[in-house]
Amino acid sequence: MEIPHTVKPRPDTGLYNSKIGIWLFLASEVMLFGALFSTYILLRVGAPEGTWPKPGTMLNIPIGTINTCVLIMSSVTVVLAWASLKLNQFKRFKLFQAGTILLALTFLVIKSFEYNDKFTHYEVIKKDGTVINGHLVSQDSKHVVLEGAILPVKGEHKLGDHPNQQPAHQHDHEHDHEGGGDKAGQNAQGGESTHGETGQQAHGSESGHAESGGGHHQEFEIARSEIKDMDNYGPWFNTYLAIYFTLTGLHALHVFGGAVVIGYLWGPGSKMWHTEPERFTNRIEISGLFWHFVDLVWIFLFPVLYLL
Amino acid sequence: MSESNDTHEIQKEIRTYLLVFGALLVGTVLTVMASLIDVGAAWNMTIGLVIACTKGFLVAGYFMHLMSEKTTIYAILAFTVFFFLGMMLLTVAADSDVPAV
Amino acid sequence: MAKRSNDTHAPVEHEHEHEHHAEPGFWQKYVFSTDHKVIGLQYGITALCFLLLGFILVALMRWQLAYPGQPIPLLGDLLGNVLGDRAISNGTLTAEGYNMFGAMHGTIMVFLAIVPLAFAAFGNYVVPLQIGAPDMAFPRINMASYQFFVLGGVVMLTSFVVPGGSAQAGWTSYSPLATTIPTSGQTFWLIGMVLLITSSLLGAVNFIATIIQLRAPGMTWMRLPFFVWAQFVTAFLLLLAFPPLEAAGVLQLMDQVAGTSFFLPTGLATSGAEEISGGGSPLLWQHLFWFLAHPEVYVLILPAMGIVAEIIANNTRKPLWGYKSLVYSVLMIGFLSFIVWAHHMYLTGMGTKISTFFQTTTIIISIPSVIILTCMFVSLWGGRIRFNTPMLFVLAFLPMFGIGGLTGLPLGFSYSDIHLHDTYYVIAHFHYIVAPGTIFALFAGIYYWFPKVTGRMMNEFWGKLHFWLSLIFMNIVFQPMFAQGMAGMHRRMYDGAATYAGAASPGDGAVVGLPDVFIDMNIGISQAAWALGIAQIPFIINFFYSIRKGAPVTSDNPWDATTLEWQTPTPPPHGNFVKPMKIHRGPYEYSLPGGEEDFLPQNQTAKTV
Repeated sequence: MEIPHTVKPRPDTGLYNSKIGIWLFLASEVMLFGALFSTYILLRVGAPEGTWPKPGTMLNIPIGTINTCVLIMSSVTVVLAWASLKLNQFKRFKLFQAGTILLALTFLVIKSFEYNDKFTHYEVIKKDGTVINGHLVSQDSKHVVLEGAILPVKGEHKLGDHPNQQPAHQHDHEHDHEGGGDKAGQNAQGGESTHGETGQQAHGSESGHAESGGGHHQEFEIARSEIKDMDNYGPWFNTYLAIYFTLTGLHALHVFGGAVVIGYLWGPGSKMWHTEPERFTNRIEISGLFWHFVDLVWIFLFPVLYLL
Repeated sequence: MSESNDTHEIQKEIRTYLLVFGALLVGTVLTVMASLIDVGAAWNMTIGLVIACTKGFLVAGYFMHLMSEKTTIYAILAFTVFFFLGMMLLTVAADSDVPAV
Repeated sequence: MAKRSNDTHAPVEHEHEHEHHAEPGFWQKYVFSTDHKVIGLQYGITALCFLLLGFILVALMRWQLAYPGQPIPLLGDLLGNVLGDRAISNGTLTAEGYNMFGAMHGTIMVFLAIVPLAFAAFGNYVVPLQIGAPDMAFPRINMASYQFFVLGGVVMLTSFVVPGGSAQAGWTSYSPLATTIPTSGQTFWLIGMVLLITSSLLGAVNFIATIIQLRAPGMTWMRLPFFVWAQFVTAFLLLLAFPPLEAAGVLQLMDQVAGTSFFLPTGLATSGAEEISGGGSPLLWQHLFWFLAHPEVYVLILPAMGIVAEIIANNTRKPLWGYKSLVYSVLMIGFLSFIVWAHHMYLTGMGTKISTFFQTTTIIISIPSVIILTCMFVSLWGGRIRFNTPMLFVLAFLPMFGIGGLTGLPLGFSYSDIHLHDTYYVIAHFHYIVAPGTIFALFAGIYYWFPKVTGRMMNEFWGKLHFWLSLIFMNIVFQPMFAQGMAGMHRRMYDGAATYAGAASPGDGAVVGLPDVFIDMNIGISQAAWALGIAQIPFIINFFYSIRKGAPVTSDNPWDATTLEWQTPTPPPHGNFVKPMKIHRGPYEYSLPGGEEDFLPQNQTAKTV
């Protein structure tokens, strides 16, 4: 006996097997991401007052918005590709699905730039308590050169108390260290004075205040011997970045996996269209359902991580 | 159902997809704009999540055809939503109901 | 799509050339098989090996508990050479070694032995047969599921020999304890878990899809054998409860290798050089873990209940009493099992509101469990019981599971749980559910379906010997633990609570006095545990002997059973049924008046045969 309902739906359920399969799988995915969102909520609720990064300070919103649109567009191409098969237009299917794959790759490339931006973003705590925060320009065995600004906070503070870590160009610095981190209480007071005094570290004449002018920041050359602690913005930096990397990393894996499947069905797998068109259309629908789910997850990830 | 009828159906659906696509882009722009206006963290959060849920509903409802899916799928998803909410809400509730030391 | 599907014709089989199988070679047939029966057997054999391994671990631990600090006889030096000084030094189990064995005993028993055996092995072999399907819905995913399982098992086993030894933080791997123990074994544990979870998820998807889609014509939901219902609910539990643990596993893995602090609170001192960023929530791990692990308890017991139901109906020769109550109860259990998890966490200092909620749901869930047990007891009433080996195991299951269940009630209330939680009482409670409960049902299942798989019966005499010895020693092992626990003996002490000894002279550094009688019980328990191990030898011999030399079955249906798995050739060929099945009646039509025989298989039309 053959396995029934692999292609044609079962009359009483109205479904073919793999459709049930993919929905069950997606149900488990909902629980997987649900658990991670719960984690996000608990970490955020549990974070000491003021330590959770303010919206828009950690990540670049325009880039995130573009990536959101990229993924939404890929969802549309997927569903149009499937509709093309339904209309018996194989060439259009190929075209749309090629678009999907390109958009998926675009998403991953943009994401990797975002990741790279975080990994080259350093916070250096010097032995005198100065904290310098910025992007790595170069480093050798003796020196580290950062392009960024001095934070008026000294001592340890790893809990994401830097409200102004907008990657590239807008160090808008005025403010809010009042919350600053587990140890921040003691630091906030001395903040402004440190700010001025350590200005001598900077190349160029302007002190740390310079960047408040907007878009202008400095290079700092720091001797390795003066460094007490140096950390980049990887997942180890604070719980926000930890959950950010975990959620987006897992999501990126899904994007990658989906792209591989769609790529296979676009390339070698598409031969099936000529022998078993209905079965092939089903496969496209299944892979599409997975792809929409990946899009759906991102629709929640984007506001939660970038905007709120 | 005849083949041409079917074709007609699909073409109608394609129009729906394009409409949904537009709505999703608008939603994305809206949610970014809304986040830039400071109306208090709670409200910002609510607005952001409402827009996200709407977008999610559009994707699930139209792209994933949930608007016209079979009962079996609805049943599976109903279970999932129940347990999903149970996990989220109870965990958060347990976390907030901790006696002061 | 939905519109499209309406215009399809009745299901058509035999139309895909690609499904045709030539006679496969050895590898295709036994190793990379996609046949649900072969996969079921692969799962079964592998899981039985892990069951034995899990038992050996605890047998070694019991030596340390009974005779603290004395070298393990015979095996001590050998094991010391394999596992290193850290675990066993001079032939004696060290504290770390004890923790490794303890953690791995739990992990192996739950995730590598019982679940694969009860769910994957029996489910794979029996479910498609019972619903009249030719195979599982996704045979290749089924194969992948087994391969992930093996891979997960190998990773877990490897962790014994990595530097630092295997995981030592219990099968629960509570953070931050798990992360602060300096061993890469914990990383292996997490990777192994992720693989095992993946395997279970694939299996669960497959089972649900199979049961929904591949039921033979006429096999309506209320005609499903109870075993299928139990597996169906179990699959849902796995599907929806496992992903949160997968998430938690990934998060702890990040804590372990990427230096994050998901579960590590601010200010935690770790042994690593790198200081942590802190800000995590240790309780979060417990929530995510128990969100899986409570439903997991039902994953362990529901398939067992399914097996028991089948065997009871068959050997009492009458329909199950209250089939519908059983079905609704099992669904109810499935639902409720998701919202009771925090009763494992009363000691974490949760508030009264939330603990009231969880106490309430916990007590409510005992109602469907009691309904199930009651239905099974009542089913015995007035039956012409055949006391064969499978039935004996089943008859023992009922009271044993009863003891396990009833002793759980005090643990469901926070006030009594606080006293009992970390004591041997809990050990006794859940072992009564799983060991003389689930494992007895699994033995029953093996004896019951063995003739279908091999075409030969297992030996009754050795089977009965196996049963009686197992029953006696199980009780000698676990019954005294209730007493130990109520006296307050802590369940994680590696010296068998010798720390507590010296109650007579509390001044001599004794923490709290514990009368010697409770500590001395350790010796008796340990001896019974080893005897229990020896009692399995008749089973092992019987098993292998009967495969080749057992009495051949005289028909395809040696137990005169009604369900479909007995309507196939013996052993069932690839594709299972010779002709398509059509189902005409419920699963348990025994002792019908007016029939020539006292049973009517589900696919039979006539009242008289």
